[in-house]
Amino acid sequence: MWAILSILVENKPGILFKVTHLFRSRNFNIDSISVGVTDNPEYSRMTITTVGDEKQVAQIVKQLDKMIDTVEVRHLDEHKTVYRELSIFKIRLSNANDSMEINKLAGAYGAKIHDVKKDSIMVELTATPDQIKAFEELARPFGILDVARTGVAAIQRSGA
Amino acid sequence: MLVWAETAITSDSMYSCILTIKIMGIEMMTTMQSMTGAKALMTAMEKEGVRQVFGLPGGANLPMYDEFARCDIRHILVRHEQSAAHMADGFGRVSRKPGVCFATSGPGATNILTGIATAQADSAPMVAVTGQVPVAMIGRDAFQESDIIGMANPVVKYAFQPRTAAEVPAAVRKGFYIAETGRPGPVLIDIPKDVQQNESEMVFPDEFKIRGYHPWSDPDIVAVEKAIDMLLHAQKPIILAGGGAIISSAFAELQAVAETLMLPVVTTFKGKGAFPETHPLALGPIGMHGHAEANKMMTEADCVLAIGTRFSDRSVGTFEAFEKRLKIIHMDVDPAEIGKNQTAQIAVVGDVKASLRVMIKLLAKNSTRLTKETPWLKHVKETRAYWKENLKLHPGEMGAAKILRKLREILPSESVITTEVGQHQMWASLFYDVIQPGTFFSSTGLGTMGWGFPAAIGAKVARPDVPVVDIAGDGSFSMTENSLATAVLEDIPVIVFILNNSSLGMVAQWQRTFYDRRMIGVEQSRCPDYVKLAESYGAQGIRAQSMAELDGAIKTALGSDVATVIDIPIDPEEDVLPFVAPGTSLSDMILPS
Repeated sequence: MWAILSILVENKPGILFKVTHLFRSRNFNIDSISVGVTDNPEYSRMTITTVGDEKQVAQIVKQLDKMIDTVEVRHLDEHKTVYRELSIFKIRLSNANDSMEINKLAGAYGAKIHDVKKDSIMVELTATPDQIKAFEELARPFGILDVARTGVAAIQRSGA
Repeated sequence: MLVWAETAITSDSMYSCILTIKIMGIEMMTTMQSMTGAKALMTAMEKEGVRQVFGLPGGANLPMYDEFARCDIRHILVRHEQSAAHMADGFGRVSRKPGVCFATSGPGATNILTGIATAQADSAPMVAVTGQVPVAMIGRDAFQESDIIGMANPVVKYAFQPRTAAEVPAAVRKGFYIAETGRPGPVLIDIPKDVQQNESEMVFPDEFKIRGYHPWSDPDIVAVEKAIDMLLHAQKPIILAGGGAIISSAFAELQAVAETLMLPVVTTFKGKGAFPETHPLALGPIGMHGHAEANKMMTEADCVLAIGTRFSDRSVGTFEAFEKRLKIIHMDVDPAEIGKNQTAQIAVVGDVKASLRVMIKLLAKNSTRLTKETPWLKHVKETRAYWKENLKLHPGEMGAAKILRKLREILPSESVITTEVGQHQMWASLFYDVIQPGTFFSSTGLGTMGWGFPAAIGAKVARPDVPVVDIAGDGSFSMTENSLATAVLEDIPVIVFILNNSSLGMVAQWQRTFYDRRMIGVEQSRCPDYVKLAESYGAQGIRAQSMAELDGAIKTALGSDVATVIDIPIDPEEDVLPFVAPGTSLSDMILPS
């Protein structure tokens, strides 16, 4: 299963190292990770997506919770959570039609166009990882020159 | 981590003033003084009740060493930092207060890593204090610089690196608190040299809050009720006591539950001696070299009350075979242990002593009548009696079982045992019965050769009133034998009891069993002569080659006021049996033929 973990940590140096080290030493994978300070500068929030069976995910949550520097660890319910990832694609333009086609594609996904050059175009897409993957598949035939992704940021809805 | 304090200075003397400090709503008086980081370290440790430090000085920890001249803490010098860590570990396990070790930066710090990892694997309370290069030199590959915080991270419960002198007292206070609460473990405090030297106004906090640390939770009464119900309805219930039962000294509670519910008790190797092994319900340790009767009954049981155990592979064999058969009730202080290796039907998170007390209270109210003579209990008793009589032992006069039973016969029941790691350790598990709970300690998780002797020295410092014996093998003892200098010069008279097969016996046994007798790298060739070695350090060395000599040697050692090494040559071909081969289940136990 794919799991989104939201981890509130002390905003101190070295914590990212400890969290990622825990994943390595306990034989878990990090699918994506994003970190940023919260509205309270004493805390940072890490959003980690990982893949594992139910037992493995439960275990990594417990191990994270056991860490003294983590204040709160939550396994978010995907269906009750707003989660998004920002991605930037640089796509090749081979002929005159490509620019128009990519513009159409970007429009369908609500993506923004940046930096249109003679032979390449940059597209910024903020979406779920699945949508980004789908966009990537459709952009692939044009020739993807580069991709950068931020990892997922997520917050569970109130009352959920 | 948070310490929030509202402070009001009521005197403005330059060097000392009384502070009213309000922490978590509680007002308290505390003394504020100007002093160096090194002095603050020693003062804070004195406040924690530290009486001695095991260590070895070097360039980066000299400021703290200089403070020994001005405080009441005893320094016990080692010949290798690894031994300092094991001594602190042994002290901590016996006293249940963190033992303290000091090492310098760089190689001094890396030398204690094995000791820290050993304490972590066995949940032993320890505070390791290392010197570090000055703050401005960190990250420049300075002389004797090592990133010990980074290296130690996966094997410590927590690590501190105060960057200013003023941070030292809180690091010590929190470090001790973290080391000894909840599931105990090692804490590292790495102090740069200039932080030791700099002066600052120091506040020694009495109370504090660590936001992300919740060492204990109250046991769930409903879960305990369900557990009782499950045990009462099981046909073949059993108790499996782990190291957690010893750490929380739940001895009386464990015995009360076992006797009330008439449950046979097996232990893990780490839990050996949580329950008196001479008790009629005691079956001894299960596992790779568990007692035959313990492994047999564990294999036949249908419901287990597991108390403070992580179900290690060495205890249960293959995980799948174990959990498929059994209903598991799991009590543990560490929620992360629930479901890690085995799936429990009922989990009770909390200090196991507290959880067992809840169980005892609920049992007193429970009206279900207990039959004292179930078919299961009869079968357990018969099996126990059979294997006590019929386990085939080495035929020679100096077989391991005979040697260890002789030791048991002579030692007072309150004696503390540590072991090294290897065949002798497993023979001790099989043939040395622990009578008084909580008197047997071993490196069970990490399996650190060389642990037993320095740990015995630490144990003796904690309990100078009882005999302390390191049950050793020649291979393992070799690794830290230079601790003889510490035992002699610091007047810590422990007994080293070497079952000497002149080889790395456990490895040799695996080579005989799994590698067609190709013996590679296991021969020790009677080198050194342990009697002469002991004598060269000023210790007493005795060789025992017969039961009569052994009897005399043990008695001489017990009456001696100097450390004694008893060298007992044994048959290098003797195997440890029973044996559950790695990757197989307890029911596949190999018995002596």
